[in-house]
Amino acid sequence: MPPVTQEYEAPDAATKAARQLETLEETTTDLVGEKLVLNMGPSHPATHGVLRLVLELDGEIITKADPDVGFLHRGDEKIAENMHYNQFVPYTDRLDYLAPLANNVAYAMAVEKLLGWELPARGQAIRVICCEMARISSHLLGVGVFAMDVGAMSVFLYTFYEREKIYNLSELLTGARFTTSYTRIGGQIRDLTPDFIAGLKKFLDEVVPVIDETDALLSKNAIFINRTQDIGFISKEDAIAYGMSGPNLRASGVDFDLRKAHPYLGYEKYDFDIPIGAKGDCYDRYLVRMEEMRQSVRILKQVLANLPEGPINVAESKGLLPKKEKVLMKMEELIHHFIIATQGIDVPPGEVYFGHENPKGELGFYIHSKGGGVPYRLKIRSPSFVNLSILSKLLPGHMLSDIPAILGSLDFVMGECDR
Amino acid sequence: MATITVQRPKLAWHEKWFISPFIKGMKLTLAHAIKNLFLLIGRKEKTTMEYPEQKWDSHLPDYYRGAPALVTDEHGRERCVSCQLCEFICPPKAIKIIPGEIPSDDPWAKVEKRPKEFDIDMIRCIYCGMCEEVCPEQAIFLRKDYAITGTSRAEMLHDKKRLYEIGGKRVGLVNKWNELK
Ligand code: SF4
Ligand code: SF4
Repeated sequence: MPPVTQEYEAPDAATKAARQLETLEETTTDLVGEKLVLNMGPSHPATHGVLRLVLELDGEIITKADPDVGFLHRGDEKIAENMHYNQFVPYTDRLDYLAPLANNVAYAMAVEKLLGWELPARGQAIRVICCEMARISSHLLGVGVFAMDVGAMSVFLYTFYEREKIYNLSELLTGARFTTSYTRIGGQIRDLTPDFIAGLKKFLDEVVPVIDETDALLSKNAIFINRTQDIGFISKEDAIAYGMSGPNLRASGVDFDLRKAHPYLGYEKYDFDIPIGAKGDCYDRYLVRMEEMRQSVRILKQVLANLPEGPINVAESKGLLPKKEKVLMKMEELIHHFIIATQGIDVPPGEVYFGHENPKGELGFYIHSKGGGVPYRLKIRSPSFVNLSILSKLLPGHMLSDIPAILGSLDFVMGECDR
Repeated sequence: MATITVQRPKLAWHEKWFISPFIKGMKLTLAHAIKNLFLLIGRKEKTTMEYPEQKWDSHLPDYYRGAPALVTDEHGRERCVSCQLCEFICPPKAIKIIPGEIPSDDPWAKVEKRPKEFDIDMIRCIYCGMCEEVCPEQAIFLRKDYAITGTSRAEMLHDKKRLYEIGGKRVGLVNKWNELK
């Protein structure tokens, strides 16, 4: 495709002056100086990290909101251009750090799509387990923190305790609690252990009562309802126009889930429902997350009930690192091992986009390859960044004290937003 | 496509007036509090762990990814042959190796190379385990140490001596050099 270029005319003196006047006018609508500019964040407990909101207040009413992102920018996309595809996997842990397993899967799937590789059935089932575990973990925290932001502390304690069990499980699965780095291009580093499967079964039985308990504490709680219902209303059209995704989009009543719309990893085999909201306010976003957790439990039970046997990675001959036992004893395999480790997986030239239904929304990786082991350009479409773009439209008109409820219900994570 | 619309509960008058949610909430939180109290008395596994005194270590799987370290074999031979593959693959470039030759009068002269210097910068290391994954000699392993702290940058730079100290000896690995004539 030829590069698209667009020419901008340099503004002449008259337009420049007019523009300046415009900005001047904008700042001087407030003639008596009644409005207050307030900086919320970048280190405010309700902003879940380092989001800064520049608010203009008229009394307690927000008249203008300007989210300022980028405090956690690490240049992940540029980093990716300087390393092999496999070496970038640990960096994906640090995008949405509340669901690292799902990020690993999303990234590996994107590169595999470019390569045209498809995992064997067991490998796919393992990835589904990873994604749904990550979803439950992220939503448990999302709902808990949301409740804490609007003043219900104890819910957070109970959901957080449950989430801890997921970390114990991912420790069993990957060897690390948080920075999982579980997938590789063409597979994963380790098969499921019997310990893990037993642990996951036990967890699935234990998590449902906790979801019910959270439901009992919040859903009919008049204080929670007063703080969330009819607050932060996002219409269907706005949600689509601002490119929102994930539970936030579905809470506005848009029936779109990538797992159903473009099934991957064999999601079409599992029986699950997509919850959508009727109104699109904070309370609906809470309800959708609660229901998604139940649906994830349902999916996980189905995966565990008929877990396929067999290999977990694509065939080694496609260009994976050879098995360690062979490398240690055989000359040819050793040479092969060195070639693959130093040159990386040879990815054909081309461009690919893969969107994955992450707990926070559509996490997309756009990869432009010119062949070889290193991407020419890697773009991360992070759901939190896109979801936050609606803030400047959503916040004006609300009270200052509604901000924790709105931010909590949007459930974003800055590690991914700023990448 | 199976889609369900989430339903909002209708509130009865006692729920609107905070009466029953209050009682229900109190009941639930009290139940948790009493349960934890009994766990405390019974000294069973509690919700929290008093970290430096109690440790999670017994739960760690064998493949837990803690601090990387070098290992020697049964005879005290340095397993690393300084092929520098781990240095190459390490994503944050935490490893620095200066290869050295094994003198010809050494009993392991046939191995030919070993590292003269081998530094891992523990401030850079992200515990990804790629060094262990690519090492063709089973010379570098991630261990179950996670509490790595130091008061200076120099202290956080694990040199070769330190790495062998924490790595120690590993038996039961493939010993191709011992069989090779
Ligand atoms: S530790 Fe292993 S990979 Fe690294 S230089 Fe030594 S032999 Fe090579
Ligand atoms: S664990 Fe990862 S970051 Fe640490 S030294 Fe090994 S390859 Fe480098």
